[in-house]
Amino acid sequence: MLKNIAVVCLLAFAVTPAMAQGEKPEKVLKIISSLPRTGSANAQTTTMVNGIQLAIDEVNGKVGDYTIVYEDMDDASPQRGNWDPAVEAQNANKAVRDESVIAYIGTFNSGASKISMPVLNKAGLLMISPAATYPGLTKPGKGEANEPKIYRPTGKINFFRVVPADDLQGFVAAEWAKDMGVKKVYILDDRELYGKGIANVFENHAKELGIEVLGREGIDPKASNFKSLATKIKAAAPDMVYFGGTTQNSAGQIAKDLHTANATPKFMVPDGCFEKAFIEAAGAENVNGSAYITFGGLPADKLTGRGAEFRANYKKKYNLKENEEPEGYAVYGYEACKVLLDAIPRAKTKDRAGILQAVSETKNYNGALGIWSFDENGDTTNTTMSGNTVENGEFKFVKVLGK
Amino acid sequence: MIMSQAVVSESVAPVAMGWGDVLSQQLITGVSNGMIIAMIAIGYTMVYGIIELINFAHGDLCTLGSFLALTMVGALGMEAWAGMGGTAAVVTLLISSAVFCGALNWTIDRVAYRPLRGKPKLALLVSAIGCSFILVNIALFWGGLPMEVFGGGNQAAAPKDFPSLISNENLLGAQSAITVTWRDLFVVIVTVPLMIGLTWLVKSTRLGKAMRAVAQNPIAAALMGIDVNRVIGSTFLIGGALGGFASVIYALYNNTISFQMGYRTGMDAFTAAVLGGIGSLPGAVVGGIVIGLVRALSDGYIEARWTNSVVFGILILTLVFRPSGILGAKLREKV
Repeated sequence: MLKNIAVVCLLAFAVTPAMAQGEKPEKVLKIISSLPRTGSANAQTTTMVNGIQLAIDEVNGKVGDYTIVYEDMDDASPQRGNWDPAVEAQNANKAVRDESVIAYIGTFNSGASKISMPVLNKAGLLMISPAATYPGLTKPGKGEANEPKIYRPTGKINFFRVVPADDLQGFVAAEWAKDMGVKKVYILDDRELYGKGIANVFENHAKELGIEVLGREGIDPKASNFKSLATKIKAAAPDMVYFGGTTQNSAGQIAKDLHTANATPKFMVPDGCFEKAFIEAAGAENVNGSAYITFGGLPADKLTGRGAEFRANYKKKYNLKENEEPEGYAVYGYEACKVLLDAIPRAKTKDRAGILQAVSETKNYNGALGIWSFDENGDTTNTTMSGNTVENGEFKFVKVLGK
Repeated sequence: MIMSQAVVSESVAPVAMGWGDVLSQQLITGVSNGMIIAMIAIGYTMVYGIIELINFAHGDLCTLGSFLALTMVGALGMEAWAGMGGTAAVVTLLISSAVFCGALNWTIDRVAYRPLRGKPKLALLVSAIGCSFILVNIALFWGGLPMEVFGGGNQAAAPKDFPSLISNENLLGAQSAITVTWRDLFVVIVTVPLMIGLTWLVKSTRLGKAMRAVAQNPIAAALMGIDVNRVIGSTFLIGGALGGFASVIYALYNNTISFQMGYRTGMDAFTAAVLGGIGSLPGAVVGGIVIGLVRALSDGYIEARWTNSVVFGILILTLVFRPSGILGAKLREKV
């Protein structure tokens, strides 16, 4: 008797999803984004989501006969005030289970990509990141020995990014430092995948350029202040402090404590700090003219061609004032979604596999970031980067960086 | 390029620091940080001393004190108060946060702890953890309120810049290798009298005597006519008020507050209280300063990434050889 009940139950479970699929409205393609919505990265996420939404609205939410549905998911939790591995895993599993999902736009943090990549890979689901820049996610030999194989259990590539990776950013950051006449540098990192990775690239290239590295250490991102560290750095007297890390991991407090200790005039950080929240956390007086921020692309007002169109449309749609600009990552959110929408008509079958194949074949795409392709690892061929500083509490473009 | 050169010429040329200067500087930082930790540790140790509860909500109580201070700075436009007005601003903040945190701590005791008196100690502990979560989420909500002073406004979880109301000018002159600022001095000027005052209160007043009596034996104290609940309430009030002072000192010294700051600061303070001997007031102060110094020296001479290991390593070693902490009473019954 019990056995029979069990069989009936099993049957019921097996049948229900099949029926649900049968009733599912045809011709819907769903896009999910998984970006941090809780915490200081939210401002950047908002602009990326705006970018995605803009791309969808430009095609009126339709590609051919297919309706595009978009869901904006949060991969952060209030407990961490930052991206959370548990939430990211949940999002990825949810996306895999929903059969109408054909693309997963994310993540913002490289550490989060590490979690969702293998999950989505097994399901053959396309993933496009507007912001995760750790080299090991895609490039063999640039990260740990087993990277990127461990993120691709099926051996097929499903992860693409529209933003140049940190092996380029850390590299050009070191060149920029050299150009500014920096001879001695002190390097810090936040001990996370992204921060430590980019600090390593910076350190290696700085040494190659003949810049003396006076010290290198990982910080405790939750410490209440870094005054002792600032004293140590002041005693070492570098020309510049480089911090591989993000706003959420105390970049602002470090800038503040270095400035307070009068330890060094220059403080360089990567794109994880290219957001207004960094200036707000640091206090404008502590970073004006002394902070240097590299960014894996151009600020919105320096974009040309389709990029300039994007900027105009964005400002109009989101009612930005004359002097307001989309934040740095808005265009990457837009481009990630746009390149996907561009590939759908080319896809032979409008399912996960077909669309993944079509996106991977993107060549010489004329987008907001210029004309670029996806290479054999899933990376963009774009290498344009920018160097920025802070003036009167606002980011200010200094120059184009690049190989 | 042009800009970077301008910056170099503007800033004061860094003065070379000898090893003695570096050591002195680290000690100054350590003592300042340690005094703030000590102030919060007193809140833990007072409550433990009287009802044997680790009040996990105490660190997060201080977070709310800082948020109140930042809100007041914005609402009253305190950044513009110059000269003596600056001092008035700091005093106003200290008193408001102390009153606020004291009242809040008293309320928490009244609502969440008092109904559990005489019940198993674990119930009280879980209640404290619950209060901690509630306070953290209030801070998160508070940080998300659209207020001009919060910069980003709606970014609830972002670290918030606390305006420098206290000058950062080097009192030893701009050319000195060692930096002692008004901020360092301010920490000491505020905390030392408060600690002395508290010691006097506990040692010499009727309330202090009642507190010690309740700590020793609540039943006997009640039989002698002491209103035990009132004495415990007063302890929460005083501990909370000190936490309120500490929260303003923290905000003015570090210039950044965030909804999560109470966790780390509370953890440091709790460690300090245990290291010094939980239940002992001088112990909390000694523990706080020791932890501040160890943190500074470890950051300065070992590596920042090892600092937590060093602090807790010292805590474990101390507890192995002196289970009741540096100044703890040896015969107190522990739960």
